[in-house]
Amino acid sequence: MRKLEEKIFKTLMRIATLVILGSLLLIFIAIIKRGLPAMSWDMLTKIPGGGFYIGKEGGLLNAIAGSVFLVIGATILGLAISIPVVVYINVYLPRKSLFADITRLSADILFGIPSIVYGAFAFTLMIYFGLKTSLLAGIIAVSLLITPILIRSMDEVARLVPKDLKDAALSLGATRYEIIKVVLKQISPGITTAILLSIGRAIGDAASVLFTAGYTDSVPTSLSQPAATLPLAIFFQLSSPIQEVQDRAYAAALILTAIVLVLSLLARYYSRKLSKNKV
Amino acid sequence: MALRNNSAFRIIKDKVARNLMLALTLFSLALALIIGVGLYMKSTPILEQHSLWSLLSGDVWRPFKGQFGFLPFIMGTLWVTGISILIALPLCLLTSIYLSEYAHPYVKKVVFPMIDILAGIPPVVYGVWGILVVVPFISDKIAPHFVEYSSGYSVLAGGIILAIMIIPLIISILIEIFASIPKELRDASLSLGATNWQTIKFVLLRKSLPGIVAAIVLAISRAFGETIAVLMVCGNIPASPHSIFDSGYPLPALIANNYGEMLSIPLYDSALMLAAFILFAIIFLFNLISRIVLTRIEKKFAL
Amino acid sequence: MRLLNPRDMLVRAKKSPKVRTLFGGAAVLEPENSHLHVQKDMPMEKPHISVRNLNVYLQQNHVLKNVNIDIPSNAITCIIGPSGCGKTTLLKTFNRLLDQSLEVKIDGEVLLDGENIHDPKVDIMHIRKKMGLLSQRPVPLPMSIFDNIAYGPRIHGIRRKKKLERLVQKYLKSAGLWEEVKDRLNTPANRLSIGQQQRLCLARGLAVEPEIILGDEATSALDPISSKKIEELFLKLKEEYSIVLVTHTLRQAKRIADYIIFMYMGEVVEAGTADQLFNNPQQELTREYLSGYFS
Repeated sequence: MRKLEEKIFKTLMRIATLVILGSLLLIFIAIIKRGLPAMSWDMLTKIPGGGFYIGKEGGLLNAIAGSVFLVIGATILGLAISIPVVVYINVYLPRKSLFADITRLSADILFGIPSIVYGAFAFTLMIYFGLKTSLLAGIIAVSLLITPILIRSMDEVARLVPKDLKDAALSLGATRYEIIKVVLKQISPGITTAILLSIGRAIGDAASVLFTAGYTDSVPTSLSQPAATLPLAIFFQLSSPIQEVQDRAYAAALILTAIVLVLSLLARYYSRKLSKNKV
Repeated sequence: MALRNNSAFRIIKDKVARNLMLALTLFSLALALIIGVGLYMKSTPILEQHSLWSLLSGDVWRPFKGQFGFLPFIMGTLWVTGISILIALPLCLLTSIYLSEYAHPYVKKVVFPMIDILAGIPPVVYGVWGILVVVPFISDKIAPHFVEYSSGYSVLAGGIILAIMIIPLIISILIEIFASIPKELRDASLSLGATNWQTIKFVLLRKSLPGIVAAIVLAISRAFGETIAVLMVCGNIPASPHSIFDSGYPLPALIANNYGEMLSIPLYDSALMLAAFILFAIIFLFNLISRIVLTRIEKKFAL
Repeated sequence: MRLLNPRDMLVRAKKSPKVRTLFGGAAVLEPENSHLHVQKDMPMEKPHISVRNLNVYLQQNHVLKNVNIDIPSNAITCIIGPSGCGKTTLLKTFNRLLDQSLEVKIDGEVLLDGENIHDPKVDIMHIRKKMGLLSQRPVPLPMSIFDNIAYGPRIHGIRRKKKLERLVQKYLKSAGLWEEVKDRLNTPANRLSIGQQQRLCLARGLAVEPEIILGDEATSALDPISSKKIEELFLKLKEEYSIVLVTHTLRQAKRIADYIIFMYMGEVVEAGTADQLFNNPQQELTREYLSGYFS
C-alpha cells in the first residue's frame, strides 16, 4: 500500500520533470522552426534599408550592434560598482559582519526588483538630468539591473577565499589594499562567470531599455545617440501585421536565443573550472 | 626616509581605496531606497488629487477624463500571477524532490544545466513562443471546450508563460533547501522503518516548509514584475478578467505600453509612476521577507 | 627497541605466519577455527547478527576488509578502535543505511537471525524496523514530542489515538523521560535539552519494537550526567534487546560492554568478551591500543 503511494508519486515526479524539460525543448523547436527560414546573412550584416518595416530589404545589424554596445557599457559600469563592493565586504569587513550581511541582503532584494521598475526609475533620472533616450541612458538603466547580479555571484566566490590567505598576506606587511590583487586573482574565474551571467540577463532584457535606450535604424556612433536593441527589435517587429517583418522578429529571437545559450554554456564551463580549482 | 614615505603613501592609498569602496557599498545599499523615494516623489501629483484607496479600488481607466482606476490592472496581475503559481508550484515540488531525493547523479548532470538554460532565456523570447505556440493552442484547443470564443490572448496564456519563467527560480531554491536538510534527519526517519516517500512527506517537507513558503513568495514577486513576456500574450484590455480565457492587463504591461508616449495628458505619467511604485513596494516587501527567511535557514543548517 | 607506528605493526602482524589466517581468512569467529586467537566464550549458540566476509568500498577506498563477527543476543557489544577505522560504516551496514549513499559497493553477508539483509529480495523497511538507531547527536524529527514517538508506530499502521497514547507513555517511560515531559507532550521536540533529546530518540527507536539497538557514539555529544543516564538505560535495556555500540571512549566500553570488537584500519583485529579482551588481549595491536599507545 505505502509502496504503491511512493510509486505513484515517483511517476508523477518523473512526469513533472519531463514536462519542464519538454517545455524547454518546445521553446527551442518553435524558435528554430520559425527563425531559421527567416535567417540570412543580410540579417546579421545590414541595417534596415528604406521600407524595411513594410517588408523590404535590410537587416538587424542596428539592433545587434546596439545590444552589444549597451551590454559592454553596462557591464563595465556594473563592474566598476560591484567589484569595489565585493572587495569591501570580503576584505575589509570582518568575517561575521552585520553590515556585510545587510549588503548581501540588499543585493538579493535588488536582484528581485523587476526590470520595468529599473526602467521607470532610470527614466525619471533622465527627466531630472535632461537626458534624452540614448545609449548612455540605456547603459545606466541596464547597469542598475545587473549590478546586484554581479555583486551576489562574485560575493559567493569571494566568500570562499580562505581567511588564511588574507592573514598570510597581511602578516607579510601588506596593506589590505594590496591584498585585493591576491583576492581578485583567486576569484577571477568567478568574476568571469558573474560577467557572463549578467551579460545574459542584460542582453535579453527589454523592459529596462524600452524607454531609456530608445530605438533607431542606424548603428549608434556615440553615447548620446539612441540605440536599438535585440529584444525591442523582436517586440516591435512582432506587432507588425506584415508577415515579412514578423519573420524578422523570429530571426532576431533566434539570434538572441543563440547568444544567450552560448553565454550560459560558457558560464557553466567557467564555474566548473572554478570548482575544480577549489578541490 | 624614502622607505617611510613609501609606506606612508601605501597607507594613504589603502585609506582612500577603503573609503571609496565604502561609499560604493553604501550606494548599493541605498539604491533600493533611492528608487523607492524617486518613484514615490514622481507619483505624488496624482496622490494629491485622488486618495490612494480610490485609485486602487477604481475600475475605470480613462486617462483623458482624468479617471485612473487601477483595479483592472491589479486584478490582471493577480490572475496571471495566481495561475502561474498554481501551474508552477506542483511541477516544481515534484521535480525538485525527484532531483534531490531520487534521481541518479547522471540525471542531475543532464537536468541541472537544462534548467539553467531555461532560466537564461530572455523574457521576450518567452513572449515570442507564447504568441507562436501557447496563444493558438489556447484559442484552438482548450478554450473551445469551455467558452464560445477566446482569442487566446488571455490571462491563461500569460499564466502559462510566467509559470515556465519562474520554474527555474523555484526549483533552484527548493533544491538548495532540500540539500540543507541534514542527512541524519533522513536517516533517523529511515531507521524507524519509514519508506523514502514517507520520510519525504513527514520529515523533509515539514522541515523545509518555511523555505518552501519563502520560495513561493519570491516566485510571486518575480511573477508580479515580469513585463514583456506577459504584455505580449495577455491581450491588454483594461478590464478585470472574469475567467482564465479573458484578456487581462497586468500592471507592468500598463507601464511598459504607455510610458513616454502620452505624457501630455495631465497626471498620466504620475499615474504610471504610481503603478511602478506599487510594484516596487510590494516586491520589495516580499523579497525582504523571503530573503530573510531563506538566509536564516541557510545559517541554521550550515555547520 | 625501535618504536613502531601502528601502521608498521599491522604490516608486521600480517607478515607473521601465525596471525595470517586471522587477517586473511574468515577465521576470526568461526568455531572450527577456535584454536586461533578467538576466545572461547565468544562463538555463541545463536548469534543475533552474523557478519560474513564483509567487504565495503566507498568510492575507491576499501573501508571494511573481510569482516567476520558475531553479535550476541541480549548483551552490549561495543565496537572500539581509533577514528576512521570503519566502526560507523560497519554499524551502518547492519540496517542498510549505507546503501543510501552513492558509490558504495558491499560484498559479503550480514545475517540477521540467519537472513541475509543485503539480499535484494529483502524488505529494507522490515530490517530497519528491527533495529533502532541512536546517532551521534540527537536528531529529533521536526514535530512534537508525542509525534516523535508516535512517528514509527503510525508509519507501521497504528492509527488509533488510544493505542498511540499508550505506546508513547510506555516508551517514554522505558527511556526514563516520561516524568520530565508528561505535561508538555505537544511542545516541539527541539525545545528539550540535548540530553533529553537523545533519550527521546532512544524512546522513538524503541517504539517501533526493534530487537536490536544500534548506537553510533550515542553519548559523545552529551554532558557527563546525560551520558550516564543513557548508559544506565543501556544496561537495563539489554535484558530485552541486543545492543551494539560504536564508541571511541575506552572507559565507556569498560563500564558497560559485555563483548568487545576491536577494529583497526577496516579490519577486525580482535573480538571477545570484555573481560578477556581488556585483561588478556591476544594481539600486540590490541594491547597497544588499550594502553593508549595510539588512538
